[in-house]
Amino acid sequence: MGALATDVAVGTELLAVTRSVDRARLVRYAGASGDFNPIHWNERFALEVGLPGVIAHGMLTMGLAAAALTDWLDDPADLLSYGVRFTRPVAVPDPGEVLVDIVAVVGAVDTEAATARVDLKVAVNGRHVLGKSQAQVRLH
Amino acid sequence: MTAVSTDYVGREFTGTPPYAVSRVKIGEFAAAVGATDPVHHDPRAAQAAGHTDVLAPPTFAVVIAQRAEAEYIEDPAAGIDFSRVVHAEEHFTYHRPIVAGDLLHTSVHVDSITTRGGIAMVTTRTEITDDGGTRVCSVTSSLAVRGED
Repeated sequence: MGALATDVAVGTELLAVTRSVDRARLVRYAGASGDFNPIHWNERFALEVGLPGVIAHGMLTMGLAAAALTDWLDDPADLLSYGVRFTRPVAVPDPGEVLVDIVAVVGAVDTEAATARVDLKVAVNGRHVLGKSQAQVRLH
Repeated sequence: MTAVSTDYVGREFTGTPPYAVSRVKIGEFAAAVGATDPVHHDPRAAQAAGHTDVLAPPTFAVVIAQRAEAEYIEDPAAGIDFSRVVHAEEHFTYHRPIVAGDLLHTSVHVDSITTRGGIAMVTTRTEITDDGGTRVCSVTSSLAVRGED
């Protein structure tokens, strides 16, 4: 838990966590979000449309990263913006799970605006699955 | 094939009924994305932190935005074949957190449609406002729509 001080150094690692994603979590996210696209739960359908199998919702991967950051922040409202590019699908095996590694590093500091850019690096097996994954966070 | 219609650039969609934010839905969403801060689950913890009720996790705004975007995307004349769509980019700008009890209104703006190499990139911006007209969140979403193989 924490807040970003105005003198925080670029390169500071704020958190490094790993989240497990299995098919049950995809079902849970589908229900919670209302995104019932069958590529996220139907293996037959996913293979038919040329995917390696059932893949995680991009918004689930983004949601895991955003929640890791707001869980770390003392005040979740310090998150001012967050954006990503979905660069690589996250295949979710059955049986089993895929491990999603999330690391948050201070990428830039704007003392005048009292904001920092936090880079949320999200990787599976060492390969990034989100591009330009950047949050703006309020400094205190 | 029905190509994505560029006639829609600049159009605005406001026909989606307002979204009533509930504690239960916030709790379900927080569990799904692994948001464990009590401000998402316990109204007393949220109030102790200065909020009126439990706080939605940051990407919860996509639930409201995608519901509103459907008015555009499911318009047959828009030419978006959802079986050929891949989510390419997503961006949230937060003006204030979403809390249980909010009644949220949406306007969806088709900001751009560009075509490159047989892929149409459709970018929408959903402006979410509360019942008092105050801005809550801007959600920008880009969908890549593949053309016929």
